[in-house]
Amino acid sequence: MAETGRLAAPAVRAALRYGAITAVALAAFAAVLLLAGKDPLRAYADTFSYTLANAYGFSELLVRMTPLLLTAVAVALPSRLGLINVGGEGQLYMGAWLASAGALLFPGLPRWQLLPLVALLGFAGGALWAAIPGVLRAARLVNETIATLLLNYVAPLIVSYFIFGPWRDAQGSAYPQSSAFAEAARLPSFFDTRVHGGLFIALGALVAYWLIMEKTRWGVDMRAIGGNPEAARRLGLPVAAWIVIALAIGGGFAGLAGMGEAMGIHGRLRQGLSPGYGFTGFLIAWLAGGRPLGILFMAFLFAIITSAGDTLQITQGLPYSAINLLLAMILFIVLARRPRKAGK
Amino acid sequence: MPLLEVRGVSKRYGPVLANDQVDLTLFGGEVHALLGENGAGKSTLSKIIYGFTQPDAGTVQLAGEPVALRSPRDARALGIGMVFQNFMLIPAMSVLENIALFLTDLPAVVRREAVARRIREFGERFGLHVDPSALVRQLSVGDQQKVEILKLLLARARVLILDEPTKVLAPHEVEALFRVFHALKAEGYAILFITHKLREVLACADRITVMRQGRVAGGFGPGQADAEALVKLMFGEGAGAGAPAPAEPRPAGAEPILELRGASARAAGSETALTGLDLCVQAGEIVGVAGVSGSGQKELGDLILGLRPLSLGSKRLCGDDASNWSIARMREAGVAFVPEDPLVMAAVPGMSVRENLYLGTGRRYRKGAGINWRALESAMAESFRALAFPVPRLDPPIGALSGGNLQRVVIAREMAHQPRLIVALYPTRGLDVRSAASVRDLLRRARDGGSGVLLISEDLDELADMADRLFVMFEGAFKGCFARGGWQKEAAGHLMTGDQEADHG
Repeated sequence: MAETGRLAAPAVRAALRYGAITAVALAAFAAVLLLAGKDPLRAYADTFSYTLANAYGFSELLVRMTPLLLTAVAVALPSRLGLINVGGEGQLYMGAWLASAGALLFPGLPRWQLLPLVALLGFAGGALWAAIPGVLRAARLVNETIATLLLNYVAPLIVSYFIFGPWRDAQGSAYPQSSAFAEAARLPSFFDTRVHGGLFIALGALVAYWLIMEKTRWGVDMRAIGGNPEAARRLGLPVAAWIVIALAIGGGFAGLAGMGEAMGIHGRLRQGLSPGYGFTGFLIAWLAGGRPLGILFMAFLFAIITSAGDTLQITQGLPYSAINLLLAMILFIVLARRPRKAGK
Repeated sequence: MPLLEVRGVSKRYGPVLANDQVDLTLFGGEVHALLGENGAGKSTLSKIIYGFTQPDAGTVQLAGEPVALRSPRDARALGIGMVFQNFMLIPAMSVLENIALFLTDLPAVVRREAVARRIREFGERFGLHVDPSALVRQLSVGDQQKVEILKLLLARARVLILDEPTKVLAPHEVEALFRVFHALKAEGYAILFITHKLREVLACADRITVMRQGRVAGGFGPGQADAEALVKLMFGEGAGAGAPAPAEPRPAGAEPILELRGASARAAGSETALTGLDLCVQAGEIVGVAGVSGSGQKELGDLILGLRPLSLGSKRLCGDDASNWSIARMREAGVAFVPEDPLVMAAVPGMSVRENLYLGTGRRYRKGAGINWRALESAMAESFRALAFPVPRLDPPIGALSGGNLQRVVIAREMAHQPRLIVALYPTRGLDVRSAASVRDLLRRARDGGSGVLLISEDLDELADMADRLFVMFEGAFKGCFARGGWQKEAAGHLMTGDQEADHG
């Protein structure tokens, strides 16, 4: 692969690399399945027929992919400035929270007003939440990795407070959740599946990320800061402001993921809105080296893998956590390659 | 017989001959000072002796036996130890632990009391008192240095190399260090003391070797040296500059391009604080700033550029109070910066030449959310033409360019918009001779075109050649000012090394 890779165009080379990563990981996981006394071929065939080869299964992949794309961009964009945003999970929750506030406070607005408002609030929730570590980092007080990580534990508690308290569903069961949102706040879904409008927001975010980074002067500024902060400072770029802005935009994308889950899937604000999408998004962005197409591919792959977890549980009687082995193997394989500079 | 003997050592880095046929002998029981300007080859020589670097030619002998020093480990095993400028200590660990880590002959289970006893015993003998149980991060810089020296002594080093040990010390700590030297000497240790401060050399060295441009420029035995002779050897002889420039009449009432009054700045860490700087750069003149490294030149450049806030005093740019302007505003107002190492200070290696040309141009080439690449490219092509530089390819990453070409790109960008003030910080350092000459030529042309140029350099020949007026900096203050032709290298050298004060002229 190395020889052909050297000759091939970068895109082909990247595709080969991702393919190789996947293949090696699947082979290693097959060994684990064999050790567990399962038939790997059956397992993979099942996974394939329940996800890719099945219309409903495929739609569920897109559903899973939607938040993953957004949380991956939430990590990728700040990473171009050398910032490490581990706070996608918390930003997702705060986006869902603020979007829910809009949906619950203005249930009477017409759809064409309420949906944009809710989307905007979702972005704002995540953005403001991420701006906190941004300001702390820009003021050189706290490292953004630590601050974003720790805020992950705060955000779900805020959500919990509201769904146990002020927003608790009055007619509801004992289940802690907000009352259902007005229909006008719900993201439209398609073809009788759970695929919802958030998918287009997510794809739009990916395109926007690429456009901003590669085609605008803001992208040039941000990449300069990531490439050489000392030179950027000496050339008069507003480094501190960009740190706050980049983290806020990233957080905003994660907030949109939370908005999508609340408005597109659940229709209310709930605990356990995200099974760790924020963290998986980090992994995706990192494995993709911040490249938009890589994010698309990796998000799809991770959607398959997490779906496979469900499938294997049902058809093979394997615990869901078995799939974590596969995730860990992918991580190891990527780590094992010669470290190269992330980014383009 | 000398304890250590270096013979005919040469080392080349690219176009630079860092060491050229260097000889050095070091006897037990002596403090041997290695003196020289920056770039004279002191560091290279000490790295070779410590096994960090392998010489291209020449030998090192220890007690008469040739030795192969392939790594610092070899050197340490042979009793050669070195204290670096940046201490190699682990702040969160105690003195004892730091020292124990360095000792190779300890048993697997360390008997702490035994090590502590040895630390105290050596401390007593040589005046290196430190509490073995104290955490390193709680110690003063002076005490940390003691730990570094104790480390070497406990590891049975006989040859101690100290790279500018006094740079980080307060005056009373310097005194204490010299007393330690004295005690070590009395017990037969050999000390190689690297510095560029004359006064210290004269105060504590038995013998002195002066290096200049990679060669040994001369040596002195005990009692032979005086400041005069040392400065001559360090900086070379001769007048500072040719004919005095005629005092050109300036249009009355014209504002100076740059004016500092009583400018001061605080320092953090290893920076140098600036105190009460008065400086004025007129249109059409090159003002030079000389000084040995660490005298505050970089801090001065940053203060002028707007990267370092003034704590006292004022800064005016063309008559406007610019004391609190940001770097972006200074650049917008026509201040250009030509740095020493563009890859670190003025370019983003992973980005294309084209994108690097855009960086720092402020709002000039903005077009909506994008960049007006066509306008940028034609302006930059014009700038390259005006400078008679070849236009490079714009697509490859700038990090792929050679040092000289990289500096040309940065200069073309900085010169593209007729700067009023050019701050040049060691602009020719690390460049080959031709590139350096073209940078100097360019600064002269900018001056002739009516810009003000502030040239910060450690190269007295360059300053003699270029500067219309010369300020000499030492420890963050100006120690003297000379007009073109009105100074001798010796006089400047004395001021640069803190050897004496001079009247402002």
